[in-house]
Amino acid sequence: MCGIAGKINFSYDAEPSSIDLLKNMVSALKHRGPDEFGYYRDKNAGLVHARLSIVDITSGQQPMANEQNTLWIVFNGEIFNYLELRKILENHNHKFKTKSDTEVIIHAYEQWGLECFTKFNGQWAIAIWDNRNKQLILSRDHVGILPLYIKEENNKIWFASEVKAIFTDPEVKREINIISLQQIFTFWTTVTPSTIFSGIYEVKPGTTVVYSIEGKRHEYKHWQLSFTNDKELKNKFSFKDSVKEFEHRLLEATKLRMLRADVPVGSYLSGGLDSSVVAWLGRQTKSGTFQTFSIRFEDLQFDETKYQKMLVSALNSTHEEILVTKQDIRQVFQDVIYHTEKPILRAAPAPLFILSKLVHDSGFKAVTTGEGADEFLLGYDIFRLTKIRQFMANQPESKIRPLLLLRLYPYLSDSLFKVKGVSFEFWKKNFTELNRIDYSHILRWETTSKLANFFSDSIQSQLHNDVIEFVQDILPENFLNLDPVIRAQFLEIIILFSGYIISSQGDRMLMSHSVEGRFPFLDIDVINFLNKLPIDHKLVGLNEKIILKNIARGKIPDEIIKRKKQPYRAPDAASFLLGDHEDYVTEMLSEKNLKNFGIFDPKKVSLLYNKCLSKFSQNPDGSQISNVENMSFIGILSTQLLYKQFILTNPKTDNNILFKTKIDLVKDYE
Amino acid sequence: MNKEEIAITIANYIKKNFLFDEKKDIDHNISLYQSGIIDSMGTIELVSFLENTYKIRFDDDELIAENFDSLNAISNFLYNKLQKIT
Repeated sequence: MCGIAGKINFSYDAEPSSIDLLKNMVSALKHRGPDEFGYYRDKNAGLVHARLSIVDITSGQQPMANEQNTLWIVFNGEIFNYLELRKILENHNHKFKTKSDTEVIIHAYEQWGLECFTKFNGQWAIAIWDNRNKQLILSRDHVGILPLYIKEENNKIWFASEVKAIFTDPEVKREINIISLQQIFTFWTTVTPSTIFSGIYEVKPGTTVVYSIEGKRHEYKHWQLSFTNDKELKNKFSFKDSVKEFEHRLLEATKLRMLRADVPVGSYLSGGLDSSVVAWLGRQTKSGTFQTFSIRFEDLQFDETKYQKMLVSALNSTHEEILVTKQDIRQVFQDVIYHTEKPILRAAPAPLFILSKLVHDSGFKAVTTGEGADEFLLGYDIFRLTKIRQFMANQPESKIRPLLLLRLYPYLSDSLFKVKGVSFEFWKKNFTELNRIDYSHILRWETTSKLANFFSDSIQSQLHNDVIEFVQDILPENFLNLDPVIRAQFLEIIILFSGYIISSQGDRMLMSHSVEGRFPFLDIDVINFLNKLPIDHKLVGLNEKIILKNIARGKIPDEIIKRKKQPYRAPDAASFLLGDHEDYVTEMLSEKNLKNFGIFDPKKVSLLYNKCLSKFSQNPDGSQISNVENMSFIGILSTQLLYKQFILTNPKTDNNILFKTKIDLVKDYE
Repeated sequence: MNKEEIAITIANYIKKNFLFDEKKDIDHNISLYQSGIIDSMGTIELVSFLENTYKIRFDDDELIAENFDSLNAISNFLYNKLQKIT
């Protein structure tokens, strides 16, 4: 995988981008592609590429052109079906000079135009510069596995894999967007296409944007998330047939991701069902050694070592693991925020940052993971909760129906939670209002939005009245016709999954140490197939991911299939409360810095900080710190760090970068 | 000690401890659970605070929704309980 960036000036009297700017842009992305650097430059356009060599290591350099040198491409990602597409293109008389997937993209674009993006199975952020027609084409994969940001101003376009590359241009202003901050403090992430920075947007997942010299901007959807409602299904598949077809597609998806690489591909093992199945299928695709990687936690409440061990012996894999402590999380957290480029409410990305370092240090450049299964196979509690609330709404007065909540939250029947009559009240909020677009997510979003209480008065006065409007704007027209469980799934995929799970916990943590993630559950043939199945092929009663459990049986250990789903979590506030030494944490949460940055109210933050410290001193496992307190603490700390690293500080650059590929059409270049 | 004083004491505790904002007002009739001011973890903190402040102990059958849902509910229940003790 790689990093891409560029600046296009569409003005007729445009000055070409300086080599210094191109060096700065590419050096900001060095962690994404440390192997080789390249640039292309003409009067209007400057493109750069930082390469992590995985496919066609000897001749896949970028920027790359078509035969006439009229189309120039920089590309981050993998087109896994490139060999099949290449055959088709060769039949159309396209001649290839390299063995890379990059070249396939160029010829596919020549052959099919923008339609080409509907033929790709893969993960991508692509920029194509058409220097004859003066057009810039930017495209991003179906669900947004890979990042791509843009800024438009005065006839100029900047684009990059990460915002920090855009920020290396001194012409670009760096400011926090307050409404985006409010979105994060509600939804856990911004709502596409916003980013936390004013004036910087992301290319929406599944979208291609075309800019032309006349200043026109066109947006095309090459893929749309859609589900078939149960009533519209014509019973094409029996459950048994579904299982068979799913297994076939998932195996094909895993093969493409294990074998289409010129370097070995390892596997993450969390100890859960999803990564176990992916690793097991991966194991079947090749003989010889098989490499796995795991995170272990010193805190036993988060640790899954027992299940990881079972898998390692079942797979007979060569295994590397790393034990993560609270101190480790504190140590890396500044760097984590440098890479997420957005505030986060959980510390969970930090151990993944540490894990990708282990992968890198072990000499691996690519890994498969189980990401996507919980979203597309209805694995999360929020889907089961939506089902229970719907069931409660059928007989709102019932005292029996809410007892089902104990199945989801067994702790409600413990000790002091005998106040369960009280506790149930929380889950009854708006539970009969099935036609709200936020029906499934209202509890999470309202709980999280309490965090806005910590904003300073000046920020509070700039908040939007109703942030749900931003979600409404990106929903399809038929949204309310969908089953509430599918609606929950839809919201989960376009918001949390896209903006946090595969970004802050995914690409950003992997690429922080030059590791490419490959995700069989996000294969487009797998997704399209699953989205056409009836709900009860995925969630039966309160039993989740049922179709996946069916293919897992007899392959991976039964204990892993039967274990209660453990959400991936890491120690949150507790990671930052040990010891009384001064470091960046005390610095960021000091009254002086809170006041100077102006985002949070120092008094309120001090009350929270002291409450967390006091709870931590009584119980160093952090278990007494509530969900809202944890989210508030991490949200405040990460926002302060973001402000310091991106708004107050100029981006890190390295002017000693040496370009290996130089395509310079500007004559006076020495 | 009257009901109003009890309600104010609890309100101040909730403001400082759950809202982290001593200036904020809380409607005495609002459901503390439905509005998300107190979550299940918060129940433990609130009950411990009341037990320590008023030197009392709650029986299991007193820990029910009707007694804890709003500031008014808590102060009514607590006032009656304290009356019985004295």
